[in-house]
Amino acid sequence: MNATDDGDVILELKDITKAYSGIVALKKADLKLRRGAVNVLVGENGAGKSTMMRIIAGVERPTLGEIWMDGERIHLNSPADAVRHGIGIVFQELNLFGNLSVAENIFATREITRGLRGIDHKAQVEKANEFLNRLEAGISADTLAEDLPIGQQQLVEIARAVSLDTRILIMDEPTSALSAAEVDVLFRVIADLKARGVAIVYISHRLEELMRIGDYITVLKDGQITGHAMVKDIDTRWIVRSMIGSDAKDFAKQVEHEPGAEVFRTEDICLPRAQGGYAVDHVSIGVRKGEILGIYGLMGAGRSELFECIMGRHEHYTGKIFVEGEELKGRDTTRRIREGLSLIPEDRQREGLVQSMSIADNLSMASLSQFLKAGFHIDLKREKEAIANAIRNLSIKAKNPDLDVTSMSGGNQQKVVIGKALMTGPKVLLMDEPSRGIDVGAKADVFRTMRRLAGEGLAILFSTSDLEEVMALSDRIAVMSNGRLVMVVDRKDATEDMVISASAEGHKTKRMHA
Amino acid sequence: MTTATQTAATGNHLSTGAALLTLMKLRTFIALFAVIIFFSIFAPNFLSTANMILMSKHATQNAFLAIGMTFVIITGGIDLSVGSIVGLCGMIAGGLIMYGVALPLGYTVYFNVVEVAIIVAIVGIVIGAVNGLLITRLNVAPFIATLGTLYVARGMALLYSDGQTLPNLTGREDLGNQGFSYLGSGSILGLPVSVWILIVVALGAAYFARFVPLGRHIFAVGGNERASRMSGIRVNRVKMFVYMFSGFCAAIVGLVISSELMASHPATGTNLELNAIAAAVLGGTSMSGGRGTIGGTIIGAFVIGILSDGLVMMGVSSFWQMVIKGLVIIVAVVVDQAQRRLQQRVTLMQMAKAG
Repeated sequence: MNATDDGDVILELKDITKAYSGIVALKKADLKLRRGAVNVLVGENGAGKSTMMRIIAGVERPTLGEIWMDGERIHLNSPADAVRHGIGIVFQELNLFGNLSVAENIFATREITRGLRGIDHKAQVEKANEFLNRLEAGISADTLAEDLPIGQQQLVEIARAVSLDTRILIMDEPTSALSAAEVDVLFRVIADLKARGVAIVYISHRLEELMRIGDYITVLKDGQITGHAMVKDIDTRWIVRSMIGSDAKDFAKQVEHEPGAEVFRTEDICLPRAQGGYAVDHVSIGVRKGEILGIYGLMGAGRSELFECIMGRHEHYTGKIFVEGEELKGRDTTRRIREGLSLIPEDRQREGLVQSMSIADNLSMASLSQFLKAGFHIDLKREKEAIANAIRNLSIKAKNPDLDVTSMSGGNQQKVVIGKALMTGPKVLLMDEPSRGIDVGAKADVFRTMRRLAGEGLAILFSTSDLEEVMALSDRIAVMSNGRLVMVVDRKDATEDMVISASAEGHKTKRMHA
Repeated sequence: MTTATQTAATGNHLSTGAALLTLMKLRTFIALFAVIIFFSIFAPNFLSTANMILMSKHATQNAFLAIGMTFVIITGGIDLSVGSIVGLCGMIAGGLIMYGVALPLGYTVYFNVVEVAIIVAIVGIVIGAVNGLLITRLNVAPFIATLGTLYVARGMALLYSDGQTLPNLTGREDLGNQGFSYLGSGSILGLPVSVWILIVVALGAAYFARFVPLGRHIFAVGGNERASRMSGIRVNRVKMFVYMFSGFCAAIVGLVISSELMASHPATGTNLELNAIAAAVLGGTSMSGGRGTIGGTIIGAFVIGILSDGLVMMGVSSFWQMVIKGLVIIVAVVVDQAQRRLQQRVTLMQMAKAG
């Protein structure tokens, strides 16, 4: 950690640890915020930036650690507490009331009233316009928030935070939806606030932006502070080095083996969207025995929906699905599993785990029928052996399989979900973003497992929005964009540029049609 | 130095937290012992055999309903109709014995007692199936669906006899339908028949929850319905089962009460669903689904049964009894919530310390 000039500290986090069920988001992190300066916070996705800001804004309470403001220890138990201490925040996700006017949004919870005659809407609109004009937003304060384009909505959020007259203002990726001109205005406002002694916390992924307006920079990685410096002393290379660290991602070595015959094929899978168009647009794809097919795509490309169609989760899809040449009938997840398909869902908490059950019960819940005696009696001994096997094979860290599944780390929870799918004895394994929200070590384990399973003859289809991952893990790469399958290519013929440009393909053609 | 004391303090925190947690987990047992000890000191004749048998008969009625209710609550639902099913089933049992079933052409068919019991059990299961269909096929919230059947079943029970009691269900020798009283008043090895049936049903339910896939699936569905579906569990089938089983349990209670009184009254079982819910909750069943045990529920039913009988023996007014029962239930749920929060905190603290 670099030694830095100590400046005028307004808020200090000391030894903050925040644990959620399954993951430790912050580990003994320290942070000092300085008055009249832009304090920049950077880090990869999941490094803990947002968690830290949520703690400062009183949305979350730290599991361990202390918060000091102006030399006094404070407790922030609710967002209202934070506001009382002069802390304002512009969240990454928009938090506007779409059904209320811009002025009502800005003055929500501290409406201007005229005694018994209720809210003074006129005064609110006037004052709101004042703030909006300072942002040169060109928004009239009596429009409904939902009628504004997303960039202007973000400006309203910023206006609200500015209007609070805060001493500390947190901005979590405020420029993600702004145009270049709007960014310039925002930076002028920030400079103005800075001059008035406000401590700004600025979170962004755009490094050039940080270099432009930052005074102090703090880098987070895996919940820990890995670098702290004054912006004038450093360059972008320093930021990247602190963000990524020395340990590059550990992808399993490819096991050389020839994929076998095709075990799985879809023909013309189509899933109409409620708003018109297709979420999955005539997708035909095949996977061979022992092959890993990576499906790359951006958010909303239709990968999860494709998997859900394959598992029979949607009633309205059309198209055919074949396993080992046999067409599957019906739309019934239970039967699809019996026919040799298994899905590891993207959202582990909502669709993968039963949080109230133990590790063991989660592992065996999908395959209980394999342990039956006399048609109905579960042979506990055989079940236990199978669970122990799964724990060993996937190197799940479970001291006692009877503990709650929520007592484990995210990576191990993911392994439990994979174990559950494997215990059903699938021929084809579908994995939707299998590495999401798990730490580096667990990721490597998951990748190794995928390789091993493919080596044992399982056909694997996995989706990812991580370019590095799809390039390193797949035998073949498919790219989906806007519901369509735009490219399928052997990995040895694929380049990163190819994959990236293909992932935008679906939107382009659509615009040409329109 | 400061950090050292800090860790010691948090460590201390952890161990007292763990101890408190164990105590809270045993709360149903502690409550059972507490009521037994309390009443054996303050209520005369509380520990006499006759009183014990009488109390276990009372508690048994709650316990049957509570077993069915436990499964329903574990799936994340609720069954408000059981009290009414008790009433309706009691009336049907009485009617079958007294009047038989009139066929066209002036014939009347009478059933023997075993057949009556089977028919009544089927009626209970069918009403449960109606609940299940409303909830699974028509997507009605369990609270509303079973509130509806609560009224319908009670209304049908009243319509059946125009609100009259069916007295004297002794049966007639020439019709071969005597012996209905055995269920409510008979005893085997000194224990009432209904208690034996409870033992069989409770052991069966506990076995089912642990050793039969459908029983395991009840817990999965209540813990996370979406994940259960994705894992290939037929969620609707599980829900149908729990409501049908709950209806079956209610039918047994209807039979037992009518048999005990040798009469069927259409208002029988009013508010019993609330006792059943209370017993399940007292026994540690989580109202948000996913957690609960049959053993805990039985103890819960006995705590409530002993509490009300003991208070009667002490001569406490029935108005105060209601107040006390309500307070016990509230305290049980508050402790349950506190336990869950504490549990979460202890786990999170351990994780935070482990890094």
